Amino acid sequence: MDIKVNVREAQADCYVVELSGEIDVYTSPKVKDAIGDLIDRGVYNLVIDLEKVRYIDSTGLGVLIGGLKRVREHGGSVNLVCTNPQIRKIFDITGLVKIFGIFENEDSAMKALV
Amino acid sequence: MDTVDLRIPCKAEWVALARLSVAAVASRLHFSIDEIEDIKLAVAEACTNCIQHADGSQHIDIKCESIEDGLRISVRDQGRGTHPDHIRSRELGDERVGGLGVFLIRSLMDHVDYDVHPDQGTLLVMTKHLSA
Repeated sequence: MDIKVNVREAQADCYVVELSGEIDVYTSPKVKDAIGDLIDRGVYNLVIDLEKVRYIDSTGLGVLIGGLKRVREHGGSVNLVCTNPQIRKIFDITGLVKIFGIFENEDSAMKALV
Repeated sequence: MDTVDLRIPCKAEWVALARLSVAAVASRLHFSIDEIEDIKLAVAEACTNCIQHADGSQHIDIKCESIEDGLRISVRDQGRGTHPDHIRSRELGDERVGGLGVFLIRSLMDHVDYDVHPDQGTLLVMTKHLSA
């Protein structure tokens, strides 16, 4: 089980973090580091693409919440791309749909950022 | 009543094995795909709680019991645990990170009980009923 992280600049000051695999207590530190590195570099607008994520647990949610809190301190935001019903269900159960913008594709997530 | 026992090291890299093993048991008992996903996540959250809160525990014992109308799963550690009721509760949409795991376990399973003994570890017993 592993997580792959691909980071790319989509437009000025807006980055996309593509995640692929399973995010759990073992793999979430890798995601946290990737998001943290971007924020440390002054990137405060992020789209995190969960389309290839097959599984996420509370530690993964915690990393996303932590990232959102950090970018908000700088006036930024985090939008998610997620259409997997099982992953979406976790955001619904926890009520995190209220604090994250969740979109069906990267374009709409990016447009909502800027 | 059939049982399946699994012991994993109390380390993050073994949680995937636990959740996939229990998913295989749930599949054998004819739970739906959605229910299996619920069970997988609940077991993983229970193991993660052991890793994060059970100081000194060397391993985690997971017992799956086939019961008349579903599956009962016991997760036990041997550390100095924190009673889940002492972990701050959450409100929907809460931006705090703490307590998410316990919240998910209670949301995804039909019945959840904890038994915490100081210095003897924590036992979590959760049940999922087969849908009609």
